[in-house]
Amino acid sequence: MLELLLFTPLVAGTVMFIPGAWPRRILLLLTALAHITLASTVFIQVSANNNPVAFGGLLEPDDLGVVFLMIASILFLAVTFYSIGYLKQEEKKEVRRDIQKGDLFTNAPEARFLACLCFFVAAMTLVTVTPNLGALWVGIEVTTLASAPLIYFHRHRSSMEATWKYLMICSVGIALALLGNILMEVAFHRSAAPAGEGMNQLAAFIKTGANGGVDPLWLKASFIFVLVGYGTKMGLAPMHTWLPDAHSQAPSMVSGLLSGALLNCALLGILRSHQVMMAAGLGGFSSDLLVFFGLLSMVTAMVFIVGQGHYKRLLAYSSVEHMGILALACGIGGSAIFGGMLHALSHSLTKCMLFLVAGNILTRYHTFSSHDVSGLRQDMPLSGALWTAGFLAIVGSPPFSLFVSEFIILKGIFANGCILTAVVYLSALAVIFVGMSVPVLRMVQGTPSHDVTIDYHESAYSVLPPAVLCLAVLCLGFWVPDWLAAALNRAAALLGA
Amino acid sequence: MHSLFQFIILLLLIIDLVMLWSGRMLMLIRLSAVQGCLLAALLLMPLKGPLTMELALLATAVFLLKGIGFPIFLRHICHKLGIEPNVKPRLGRMFPMLAGLVCLAFSLWLEESIPHAQGLFPPLLLPVALTTLFCGLILVVGCAKAIAQVTGYLVAENGIFILGIPLITSGSVWFELSILLDVFAAIFVMAIAINHINSTFDSIDVARFRSLRD
Repeated sequence: MLELLLFTPLVAGTVMFIPGAWPRRILLLLTALAHITLASTVFIQVSANNNPVAFGGLLEPDDLGVVFLMIASILFLAVTFYSIGYLKQEEKKEVRRDIQKGDLFTNAPEARFLACLCFFVAAMTLVTVTPNLGALWVGIEVTTLASAPLIYFHRHRSSMEATWKYLMICSVGIALALLGNILMEVAFHRSAAPAGEGMNQLAAFIKTGANGGVDPLWLKASFIFVLVGYGTKMGLAPMHTWLPDAHSQAPSMVSGLLSGALLNCALLGILRSHQVMMAAGLGGFSSDLLVFFGLLSMVTAMVFIVGQGHYKRLLAYSSVEHMGILALACGIGGSAIFGGMLHALSHSLTKCMLFLVAGNILTRYHTFSSHDVSGLRQDMPLSGALWTAGFLAIVGSPPFSLFVSEFIILKGIFANGCILTAVVYLSALAVIFVGMSVPVLRMVQGTPSHDVTIDYHESAYSVLPPAVLCLAVLCLGFWVPDWLAAALNRAAALLGA
Repeated sequence: MHSLFQFIILLLLIIDLVMLWSGRMLMLIRLSAVQGCLLAALLLMPLKGPLTMELALLATAVFLLKGIGFPIFLRHICHKLGIEPNVKPRLGRMFPMLAGLVCLAFSLWLEESIPHAQGLFPPLLLPVALTTLFCGLILVVGCAKAIAQVTGYLVAENGIFILGIPLITSGSVWFELSILLDVFAAIFVMAIAINHINSTFDSIDVARFRSLRD
């Protein structure tokens, strides 16, 4: 089962070079459907305490991993459906001009794009289902290599710049995470029986850590490097600098996948180390660092969101904010962790949806500036409505599920007695609410500009995926099904909730 | 054997510092090749126990990739794109050198200050590994040419590799090989990106990247 889950996107990526655009797109859709079916089966098995194992324990998902696996799989399906319409639209274009500089450019071959998309999903699958920290590192590194060509799909200067920054910053960051992994091995080094010899390193480290067989100084050093390394990939401030560039220049469905699924995978890398730290009795140290970087990310995002005119960068900084909230929730512990898990799910669905809608707006108006877009509710009624709903959801307004998750996290902060943290958290959320509402409402209200000459109609491909995601976030705000609440609770329990 | 191991470690340190001083692209690439060969040699001198088949395999892979493959590949790109021989240091030549020496001093202090993990690291291995890592990062930050940044990334990765040498066992060789494969893929993707940078900007000077700002 796990082998199929991992190899389905991998094999699909390899055979994506078959001739003909439509066979490739159908293959992509079939891959996404197969992936979500297999992921759901694995999710059910893990929920029933019947964890599947493959390759001698190299693949053995736990309750935490399957939550992120399901998120990645759902977003992959949504993005696949959207991509079919997007690529069809791109195929029709005779002249393509860079939005910022007006230069002519070409697209990368579609086959290569779709192959990299499949490899990207395969790498994320590996990250979520492995308990081996080495394999997790390899998976995260492969996500960088597979997603770089996705960002450079539109071959112009700005996307090249974004791709290079992404490649270099993330590669160096992930190299530091590797150093963290090595230091963890050092921390657990016992000449008699090194803990990390088996495939299930995580379980071995947790067991050895709980028995006191660990050097605390080396383990603390290890966590710092893991946090900085995977934190770079996750977009935690101040290592977030690649994120606004890459998210703004990538095609919108890629931005959605990067923001909704990839950042979670990097978070998972940090959480695995956090699990080891807690088992070794050093949870206080890692929690403090997570709280610090979480708050720093929220404040940094707040500074850049206020006055931001570039609406895709706005969404990117919002991702920095939400990664900060997730780090904060995991650092606070207790009931906040359940809130964090619900937040991870809700943020991923909402952010992917917002990026997909941003893609529709970009196609229609051919501008990144929120100042040049107006009257969305009349000009693009469906996308305009989704844009407004997405905005309300992402800033944590009721009745969307992000309101619920942010409220649970706040309760957790108060339960911990961290008043100052609560003040910074609430202040950042309030300022971001105002900062985001200005450009979003400016785009939705007013009268449509008469300068827009691009012929565009809202197709099912472009509207249905974000609409379904929006509906899911809305429903989760009213009611979290028991089976989902149980799954999130079990994931939170692994982090000490 | 032990003194030879120490001698190679010292050589690696000298190469790090020479790299920071060197202002020529081909010299940087050659030095990274020498570093790759020395890493392979270190693997052939196991700190504990006899040389196993797995270790020999890993040493061969390191030699073929880091000692021969990457340098030839990077040289080929330099020639193909007609890149200027100068690395265009952003911070001059003195500042990176001084920064490298400060990093060395810090690493030596760190070795003295922290408790050793039950004699895991032989003398000087930890400071040289950390200095190599820092020198790689200095090259990434301090060079304006994309290909010099890639070399810096390789050097940083070499530093991490050195640190991992005492931990390599027969069972962990597969993991080291997968890291090597990953680094290979990373260099390959970066090389493709450099090719595109050159055709888009008519240069591989990344200091020109100024369009994406808030």
